[in-house]
This record gives sequence, C-alpha cells and structure tokens, in this order.
Amino acid sequence: MDDISVLIVDDSSVMRKIVERSLRQAGIEIGQVFEAGNGLEAMAVLNEHKVNLVLCDINMPAMDGLEFVKQLPKLENAKGVPVVMITTEGSEGHVVQALSAGARGYIRKPFTADQVKEHILPVLTGNV
Amino acid sequence: MNTSKTEIDAATRREYWVPLLELSVQEVFDLMLGDRLEATPEPAPVNTLDVTSMVGLAGSICGLLTLRCSSKSAALMATKMLGADGAGAKAQMEDAVGEVCNMVAGNFKNKISGVGDTCKLSVPTVIRGSDYSLSTLANDFTMEINLLFHGNPVVIALQLN
Repeated sequence: MDDISVLIVDDSSVMRKIVERSLRQAGIEIGQVFEAGNGLEAMAVLNEHKVNLVLCDINMPAMDGLEFVKQLPKLENAKGVPVVMITTEGSEGHVVQALSAGARGYIRKPFTADQVKEHILPVLTGNV
Repeated sequence: MNTSKTEIDAATRREYWVPLLELSVQEVFDLMLGDRLEATPEPAPVNTLDVTSMVGLAGSICGLLTLRCSSKSAALMATKMLGADGAGAKAQMEDAVGEVCNMVAGNFKNKISGVGDTCKLSVPTVIRGSDYSLSTLANDFTMEINLLFHGNPVVIALQLN
C-alpha cells in the first residue's frame, strides 16, 4: 500500500498527536498528515487538500463529528473518503448513529495501536 | 424515615461504581500514557493540587468528574501522551489533563450498563491554581479516589446528583 494522507480531527492537539503516533505504531504508512480542531476546520482543510482517510472525534465545539460526517458528501474533494470515528462516546447507540451518518469505522478511547490497526486496515483495503 | 426500594437500589449500585471508576482511570493511564497509578490511602494536601480538570455528565447520570493533580504530574502526563521526547509537553499540559479527564469520564459511563446512550459529556474545562472553591448542584453522592502518579498525588472525584 502506498503512503496515505490523513486528516485527524480532534479538539485536543495532544490527542491528534497520539492518533498519528498510533497509526505509525500500527504499521500504517502515512505520508502527509493534516489536522483540524473541529468539523468546520476539517471542512476547510478538505476544500484545499485531498486525503485518503479521515479520523474524527465526536464531541467537539463549532461542528461535532456526527454533523461533519453528514456534511462530508457535499464536498467534492471528500467524495468516497472513509471516515473512522475515534471517540470517548462508545455506547452502542453512538456507534449506530455514527455508522448511519456515514462513518466506516469506530474506535473507542482509550485505545491501543493494535485496535487502530484492526479497525483501520479493513477500511483502507476496502473490506468494510 | 421511609426509604423506598428504588433509593436503596440506587445507593447500592453506586457503591459498585467506585471500583469501576478506578478501573476506568487505570485503563486510560495504561493505554494512553503507557503507565500506571498507585492507590494511596493518604488524601493529598489540597495546596499541592494546582491543576483541576472537569467534565460534566448530563442525562441518566448527572454530575461532575474532576481530576486534580500538581503541575508536575500534569506536565508528566503530557510528556507521556506526546511520546518519547515530550517536546512542548509543558505548554500542552492543560490539553493533556483535560483529555485524560474526558477519557476517564467516557470510559466510566461506558462501563455502566444502560448509561452510555443516555448520558452526555461536556467538553473539558481546566482550572490552574489551588485557591478556589467549587460548587455544584450535583452533590448527593461523591466518590473520591486518591492515587499517586510517579509519587505525585492525583485525585479523581465524581459528584453525582
């Protein structure tokens, strides 16, 4: 698999670094990494750049992760780009809500690099 | 006084929440910081706890989760979360402590059957300094866990309404 470009959306900059590190620890070859602090910032990034994967928190100010996933198909640059939620909101109801809104995967915080690998690789290889 | 069965059940259930809260904290430190906390019976001197992070819970559980620690502990948490060199850890310690508190709150509510879907979390708030008083309407039931992180006190408290 070629290096992928990733957009990490989380209102915590520390968490964005942890997610990036976990991707590398999981053995996923990452090229360019973009960051955004909420859904609105993420939309602005996607207007300018094309990415292969979006990892997104749910509870964020300005635009939360669920609204962002719903808005995503409206962006030409983001059509077909898979979104995996990474969030503390780990209940079954939240998972169903996120998947119904268009997310392709769901990782609960706290997480391990192995869990990241387990959830992200099938999304990248089109097996979800 | 006539205590209803529902009130007794709720009180009993909350007794079981203390070990769940402790497990929730340990899992966050283990998985996200690659480290452990030690339990201590000694309450921390309040003036040493100069960083406080708070996350509100609203819905089927209504209350406030707080994490209090020293600046030294907070900086160490940021260093552990940011990785090997911990570059910029001191500048990021409020963000780190807020996120730890957020994950503990989320992990805890997800461990309580039937609560995950019906309880919302606020975004974290962080206070610097130890000379303040905190009032919350969620004061019917309080659980507090005293822990040590590399010898420095960390206090987790959950106040419920």
